[in-house]
Amino acid sequence: MSEATSPKIPVTVLTGYLGAGKTTLLNRILSENHGKKYAVIVNEFGEIGIDNDLIIGADEEVFEMNNGCICCTVRGDLVRIMDGLMKRKGKFDAIIVETTGLADPAPVAQTFFVDEDVQKNARLDAVVTVADAKWLSDRLKDAPEAKNQIAFADVIVLNKTDLVTKAELAEVEARIRAINPYAKLHRTERCSVALADVLDRGAFDLDRILDIEPDFLNAEDHDHDHDHHHHGHDHHHDHDHGHGLKHYHDEDMQSLSLKTDKPLDPNVFMPWLQNLVQVEGGKILRSKGILAFHDDDDRYVFQGVHMMLEGNHQRKWKDGEPRESRLVFIGRELPQDLIRQGFESCIVS
Amino acid sequence: MKEFTPPADSASIVSVTERVKPLALGMVVTSVHFLGNRAAFVGGEENVAFVDDQGEISKVAVHSGGILSAASDGKRLVMGGDDGKVMSLDTKGEVTLLATDPKRRWIDAVALHPDGAYAWSAGKTAFFKSGKSEEKSLEVPSTVGGLAFAPKGQRLAIAHYNGATLWFPNMTGSAEFLPWAGSHLGVTFSPDNKFLVTTMHESALHGWRLADNRHMRMTGYPGRVRSMSWSAGGKALATSGADTVILWPFASKDGPMGKEPAMLAPLQARVSVVACHPKNDIFAAGYSDGTVLMVRLEDGAEILVRRNGTPPVAALAWNAKGTLLAFADENGDGGLLEL
Repeated sequence: MSEATSPKIPVTVLTGYLGAGKTTLLNRILSENHGKKYAVIVNEFGEIGIDNDLIIGADEEVFEMNNGCICCTVRGDLVRIMDGLMKRKGKFDAIIVETTGLADPAPVAQTFFVDEDVQKNARLDAVVTVADAKWLSDRLKDAPEAKNQIAFADVIVLNKTDLVTKAELAEVEARIRAINPYAKLHRTERCSVALADVLDRGAFDLDRILDIEPDFLNAEDHDHDHDHHHHGHDHHHDHDHGHGLKHYHDEDMQSLSLKTDKPLDPNVFMPWLQNLVQVEGGKILRSKGILAFHDDDDRYVFQGVHMMLEGNHQRKWKDGEPRESRLVFIGRELPQDLIRQGFESCIVS
Repeated sequence: MKEFTPPADSASIVSVTERVKPLALGMVVTSVHFLGNRAAFVGGEENVAFVDDQGEISKVAVHSGGILSAASDGKRLVMGGDDGKVMSLDTKGEVTLLATDPKRRWIDAVALHPDGAYAWSAGKTAFFKSGKSEEKSLEVPSTVGGLAFAPKGQRLAIAHYNGATLWFPNMTGSAEFLPWAGSHLGVTFSPDNKFLVTTMHESALHGWRLADNRHMRMTGYPGRVRSMSWSAGGKALATSGADTVILWPFASKDGPMGKEPAMLAPLQARVSVVACHPKNDIFAAGYSDGTVLMVRLEDGAEILVRRNGTPPVAALAWNAKGTLLAFADENGDGGLLEL
């Protein structure tokens, strides 16, 4: 196949529950003096007041692929809109897809995994979720959509922090971290976040998959932003650490992190992972991994959304770099013991 | 990939590349249609480029934005744009505004019948207009993927998610839903009006025999099918999407049910567009590597019209008499061949 020579257009997915401040963030992105042109895809029935030349109304039409996989849903309207936009290549530098407050981000992300034409022209950059510091804790209890959006996020903009007390802020952050410890979290008022923190993140770029260290290790109540690792400091659930950092355990959405410094057998691991996402893909929202295979000097990286996986050899392990395998799953009612046992069976004995 | 470069003196494939008038259209091209004896290349945005049989190019502005859809009956070209307008262009180059979407939504699909009726869609709504009668519309359950007129022009097929809807715009309550799970994008009636075929988002076609709505699954493509063309008399449906042209047999009353398609003109590149000759059992095929071939249905004999080494061929069409073949790649480098 001949390859398209033009670079792929980055697509940022902007989600967040109703009223969290998605439109504020969107307008902030658009109005900043960055010299870039954005095509903005918004829900047709959503709020207006977005100041941009190229705005396309979408219907958020989701359909199931006919491949026997029920969680394999894609946004058909997005396929169509991307197709139309590609006729005007050169008129914009990046695309922002704003979803409705009730939308599940998975079909949007999956569209970029399964559609050949979309994949040829565009790349998913990151899922950015705007959350309302005041109301998110409540929404996590009563709105499964809000939980999905947090679980799915690469970047979380925790907005309206001026409307809550320090204790409330610590509480909502702990609730977010119980669901998704890996997303980059930014506390904001009126969505004032640096554009570099939400755009061009490369969160779905296999070459930049590195950041699967939990982000919460530096999420203590410091106002400055240095990395603050607590080596060998094991946190337990539901007790107070004295700086207002509580640890919660979310009842149905969790993340699971697996790690080994022993090499994995690719002939066992690959079929296991494939089978795992086939069987449990409905529960697994996101997965990522960096793998050290037996007799292989290259790092293998993969990522997935529900049942869809993509992976590749990334680069040589560096001298002195610990050859560790790390996997992360975020999902609903994850069969943690089963996954753990399966993973351990992939270790070369 | 391996290059498809037959040696210049090769006896294995006849080449007519020398006889092609090269065209530098200087714009992104998405399709080509003949209006009379002029080829009308539809641009990615704003313009249509007319090319006469001498290879002279003249551009006409039709839309103020992207051109999303186009259909022609040989006498005029109807287009839908992201400016929310339905425009028509005739053989003289005259541009007429046919309709404007009140909400300025994208006009995703258009269809045209030689008797003058035309149809377009915006979102979930299909619109129909014929002569002086009032505009009619029908809302389907999801966004319209494609539109096609039945051969007589009385009936409109509307492709959407999970099936297609058949509608007689002049008969209220006449909409009939043909279900099939998945997203249906393109749609075409067989010239004998016995079959309806859709291209799907996944790499497959779906068909219905209209007498009894029996299903025909046409699968096995490595890529999405974007181009379909009926051979002269409707005996076969030629399709893109694989590294050969896939031709489904439609000569019998069962159509392709239980039959294997013919696979002609294999190359090491994906077929991007097909166009059957209007009179003879010949088709032209454009490939993702820029190759254009003419192929005889009977035995698959090939003639090279354009060599590889460019972006995918996006536009390919014969004139009504079948004496001219026009083509262009995505970037607007094209050609005109007189036979």
